[in-house]
Amino acid sequence: MAASLLSHGMRRCSARTCAAAAVAVRRGLSSAAPPSVFTRLLLKLNNYFYDVEHIVGWNNWARTLLVRSKNTFFGLAQQNFGDNVAAAYYILTLRGSFRFAGQSEWFRPDSSGKFSYDFMSTPDTQIEEVDLSGTIINHDGLDNLVKQNKLQSLSLRGCPEVDDWFLARLHVFGESLVELDVSHCPCVTVGGLAALQNLRKLQRLDISGLSRLQSPGLVRILLEEMLPHCRVTGAEYEQGLIQPDTREPTEEDHEATSANTGVRHL
Amino acid sequence: MWRKLLASVPAFRAPKAPCRSFKSSSRRAEKDFNKELEAQFRAFREKAAAALPGSDWSPFELTPGLPPERADVVIVGGGVVGWSIAYWLKKKERVRDGLRVLVVEKDPTYSQASTVLSCGGIRQQFSLKENIQLSMTSADFLKNINNHLWVVNEDPVDLQFNHSGYLFLASEKSAHIMEENYHTQRHAGAKVALLSPSQLKERYPWINTEGVALASLGLENEGWFDPWSLLNALRRKAMSMGVYQCFGEVTGFRCSSNVAEIADDDFVDVKRIKYVNVQMPNSLEYQPVETAIVVNAAGANSGKIATMLGIGLGPKESISGIPFPVEPRKRFVYVVHCPDGPGLDTPFLIDYSGVYCRREGLGGNYITGMSPEETEEPDVSNLDVDHDFFQEKVWPRLANRIPAFEQLKVSSAWAGFYDYNTLDQNGIVGMHPLVSNMYFATGFSGHGLQQSPAVGLAVAELILDGGYKTVNLSAFDLKRIFLREPILESNIV
Ligand SMILES: Cc1cc2nc3c(=O)[nH]c(=O)nc-3n(C[C@H](O)[C@H](O)[C@H](O)COP(=O)(O)OP(=O)(O)OC[C@H]3O[C@@H](n4cnc5c(N)ncnc54)[C@H](O)[C@@H]3O)c2cc1C
Repeated sequence: MAASLLSHGMRRCSARTCAAAAVAVRRGLSSAAPPSVFTRLLLKLNNYFYDVEHIVGWNNWARTLLVRSKNTFFGLAQQNFGDNVAAAYYILTLRGSFRFAGQSEWFRPDSSGKFSYDFMSTPDTQIEEVDLSGTIINHDGLDNLVKQNKLQSLSLRGCPEVDDWFLARLHVFGESLVELDVSHCPCVTVGGLAALQNLRKLQRLDISGLSRLQSPGLVRILLEEMLPHCRVTGAEYEQGLIQPDTREPTEEDHEATSANTGVRHL
Repeated sequence: MWRKLLASVPAFRAPKAPCRSFKSSSRRAEKDFNKELEAQFRAFREKAAAALPGSDWSPFELTPGLPPERADVVIVGGGVVGWSIAYWLKKKERVRDGLRVLVVEKDPTYSQASTVLSCGGIRQQFSLKENIQLSMTSADFLKNINNHLWVVNEDPVDLQFNHSGYLFLASEKSAHIMEENYHTQRHAGAKVALLSPSQLKERYPWINTEGVALASLGLENEGWFDPWSLLNALRRKAMSMGVYQCFGEVTGFRCSSNVAEIADDDFVDVKRIKYVNVQMPNSLEYQPVETAIVVNAAGANSGKIATMLGIGLGPKESISGIPFPVEPRKRFVYVVHCPDGPGLDTPFLIDYSGVYCRREGLGGNYITGMSPEETEEPDVSNLDVDHDFFQEKVWPRLANRIPAFEQLKVSSAWAGFYDYNTLDQNGIVGMHPLVSNMYFATGFSGHGLQQSPAVGLAVAELILDGGYKTVNLSAFDLKRIFLREPILESNIV
């Protein structure tokens, strides 16, 4: 298996990863949401004044509230107009776009976020392609889409709220999804990519620009092994691996690795 | 500096002269003066102390780390269950600092706590409705962990959650139980799928399906995470909310007792804890902490805490003669290295033979283990690992199920204590009839980590609201111990 081929590189890599894990996590997270000048000022003030904590807290709370309100479950719309219309409406309010099965035209809102309600005329057609790149969809909002069992293509490029829990929920499209783009999602890690094993029909997967992957090359190999029919793009094989010619592994390396894995787990 | 200054200015030096003459004139007068000074100092000290009500400030040197003298709730055991309860108590208090919560933990390094020695797994594949609900509520908590546990000005919590479901395998004999459980789980809202042996082979070609009649795979909210991150996040948040932490061991209780009539002419002693004795580490010093409520979350040690209150020491056949059924049971976990082992899709595999296995990281490492037979329980006086157990029991079963594991190297191993409930291997949550102010939250036997967030909430509701609101845990009440009515869970690992 590919794993054995690579294990040599990996073993050495994991020693390094352990040591660098803390740093990498921090780096990953800060790149996840680069704090604005205002936030940085507040954080600084917070070191000296207790009440600033509340303002920072409110700031965070307001954002959570926005994300939550944008991702509410459109239960009433579903009841009155059906799953497909509710899903379409949800996608458009998030400023995403979609295409119905059997149609070639895409529905998308204009630059001010307004959209026409033409999609309501075909309540029985299911959605086949969805582009939600750059939106604030999260795992709760996914509830609005789960009934779309003809969904073939989903783009989540650069979604700040898409995390591993989100990817783990994608199993609902296991029988239909062919193409998935999770590139540049700052919260996605290898722990969520492992859940894509439930997407048995997947043929194309884009994992470029995932800042929290420590060794994208290795992850790509593992993903290709896990989904044999899927072409994984966005990571070069040698990315994140130590080149074999830079240093030979020593016996100590081995020791360190095994000790590390044990300790890290403990 | 001040003294120098005073000495250098003549005006200040002047009063010294009468003092000297005073001394020479009468020694008694000096004594009186000193006494008066001392009395005045005492009065001042008393006044200062009175002016600062509730302050722990004292002019005398204190042993650092002593717990406060009183608290509303004392939680014994700073494992994941204890800290979760502390967090939820603070979260539910209505006014800021409305509740003084103290967590007492005997081991600052957590070297023996089950929490950090566990495998970190979470699953919804249980047979009891309560267990399924607890895990689902906890999964929801973990999903939104940064809404709960993020502390301003700190890094967000990263649990390193790995979303690979549990894969249970059933033999011909146990297949019907699996099917039944599957329906219970679906009914409770868990996302689980059943696989036939051929589907299993197709999904996981590296599994030997011989003897497997049915398999069930968790699709959502299952996987494993880093227990230490969860413990630390809970602790950090709870402390930021004002929970007191103290490193010391609870060695006893001071109680008052009342005689209560339970049946015709049958009387029992009902105790009420007034003080918890906390012994400081490496010293004989101890501090009694006055408290209204005590929570026993001491994990594998919680049986010992119950014994301190006389539970189980009474005459046989009486209610006080029934021991609290939680004891430590040692479980081994082996880390193996196998470059040809299964890849990223490795689930948390639970074979019907009892052996389990999951991936650890991406470097070809796996952790594995199994529970021994009831008659072959290892000695619990230490945490030494029995390597023969791996060679004789674990490896043959593991290699039979996953042939790639015929070639492997054990790279390390550790042991931890299950907080084992000998009655039915399920959590015990509630109050003891003989102690009127102690709540129990223990006995989770191998699935306490994943249930801790929800259990914390349930216990906080029980304490502050007087009843369960989110998850109804009345089935896990202590009553079943006295009635000897176990509620059995079929999926114990
Ligand atoms: C090998 C192994 C694997 C496991 N795998 C899983 C798993 O995959 N998933 C899962 O959900 N669960 C698992 N568990 C079970 C889980 O770890 C426990 O159920 C859970 O951690 C219990 O938490 P706790 O806080 O009650 O206990 P602990 O973490 O043991 O905490 C109790 C604390 O109380 C302290 N204490 C004890 N006595 C006193 C005293 N007198 N005074 C002061 N402090 C005291 C101890 O020092 C300890 O820190 C596993 C357990 C083991 C051993």
